[in-house]
Amino acid sequence: MKRRDFLKGCLISGAAASLGPPSKSWAVGSFEGYPDAMGVLVDTTRCIGCRSCEAACNKEQNLPEPQLPFDDTSVFEEKRRTTENAYTVVNRYETKDGQKPSYRKMQCNHCNEPACLTSCFVNAYTKTKEGAVIYNGKVCVGCRTCMVACPFNIPAYSYSSAFGPVIKKCVLCYHTRLKFGRPPACVEICPREALTFGLRKDLIKIGHERIRATPDRYFDHIYGENELGGTSWLYLSRVPAEQIGLDETVGNEPIISNVKEFLGMVPMVLTIWPALFTGFHLLATRNKEHGDDHHNHSEQEDGKK
Amino acid sequence: MQTKGFWPAGVMVILLLAAVPGISRGITVPDTVTLNSQSKLYKPFDFNHAKHIQIMRECSYCHHHTTGTLVQDPNCIRCHRNSSKTKIVSCRGCHLADPFSAAAIKENNPKNYHNDTPSLKAAMHRNCIDCHEKMKGPSGCQDCHQRTKEGDAFYNSGEFVPRNKPAKGGHSGH
Ligand code: SF4
Ligand code: SF4
Ligand code: SF4
Repeated sequence: MKRRDFLKGCLISGAAASLGPPSKSWAVGSFEGYPDAMGVLVDTTRCIGCRSCEAACNKEQNLPEPQLPFDDTSVFEEKRRTTENAYTVVNRYETKDGQKPSYRKMQCNHCNEPACLTSCFVNAYTKTKEGAVIYNGKVCVGCRTCMVACPFNIPAYSYSSAFGPVIKKCVLCYHTRLKFGRPPACVEICPREALTFGLRKDLIKIGHERIRATPDRYFDHIYGENELGGTSWLYLSRVPAEQIGLDETVGNEPIISNVKEFLGMVPMVLTIWPALFTGFHLLATRNKEHGDDHHNHSEQEDGKK
Repeated sequence: MQTKGFWPAGVMVILLLAAVPGISRGITVPDTVTLNSQSKLYKPFDFNHAKHIQIMRECSYCHHHTTGTLVQDPNCIRCHRNSSKTKIVSCRGCHLADPFSAAAIKENNPKNYHNDTPSLKAAMHRNCIDCHEKMKGPSGCQDCHQRTKEGDAFYNSGEFVPRNKPAKGGHSGH
């Protein structure tokens, strides 16, 4: 994890994500991700929107009771996003080809080079060799830089937990399953195998083979193979990715490349850091005081370790 | 999620053999197959095999390259014009119940063609639901599977429907 060391101590604000195109002069060789990284291939042509994966995640991660049953399809009337109470949500998309709608599950994509990780100045995040991007709630100060940095808007901020992780997201079931070599709960329950678990490098081959063998079924692209330097969750679709709510403007450069350019500004950031930190801290503490009448006793994955 | 073994042919099966020429003689054909017997979330149910044979008349729609029928999928024909696994008839003979175990993933040789064989559960749900949608048959989860109490709890449905007020401040904070 050289790059992370490289960045250690460098204080990067979320502003890094909004900088211009990366400068090639900063390139330090391409990090292809861990060779044994696992992943999940989401084949949206198979998904029927049954939401079983949402239910499985809720139980596996001890998340609070949902507001609606997991077999209620009225949720598809709006585009939902992940929250601190739902690490994964399935959305429905009307596609331009006039065929039946597509469903897509979303959760953290477990990037090869996670922007959340590189943006976190207390090093709360870890990319494990199995490919999971996990975080240590004990050191998270709730500054929410990772929320800004994540190109997929995944980490959610918990207003309700007075202690422990204040940022919450999918951990690829690392603590309960992945590290024991078992597939994530959402994968295991999926009735249609819309979710295929395996080595990331095998999944890319499988994805391309599905496209080759049944070209009528797929748009010829695996989202996540190259986007942002590659992600552990990969998506196949009948239509271009943007039609199922996947951002195609993210490019193939990991956010870290933008960060590299930003490093030129680090001394300045260092100087203003104490003020920034105090600001973040106040923000975090202030928000903690709000809305914690709703208690969430799930200790999260740290409690399960 | 498991099919029971094929049991001895009854009178019904003999009738079917007469009615459906596609069935090769000598294989015993079950009238019903109990599915989902391993699940905690759903009650087992009897799949009406006999009725499906009557409607479909052609085994290979489901048992693709088995039961003595010729390979039909053009993709399979490329290699299996004359060499199909005609002896294996039951779904679980090829489709794994536990496709993502560490052992199964390790065995996944990228040089093998049949790396992407769907699991037993997926093979059924893809075949069944896709065909039911096409033929306007029932295709909702509970049209086939009745949920157990545990299943209702899992889906927060039935007697476990959430009654809570929307959690205050329970939005994502964006
Ligand atoms: S999707 Fe967002 S939260 Fe998940 S690893 Fe990538 S940057 Fe981090
Ligand atoms: S991998 Fe685990 S934590 Fe992530 S969405 Fe699936 S069940 Fe939830
Ligand atoms: S369990 Fe599978 S088929 Fe059902 S909504 Fe989730 S991904 Fe789609």
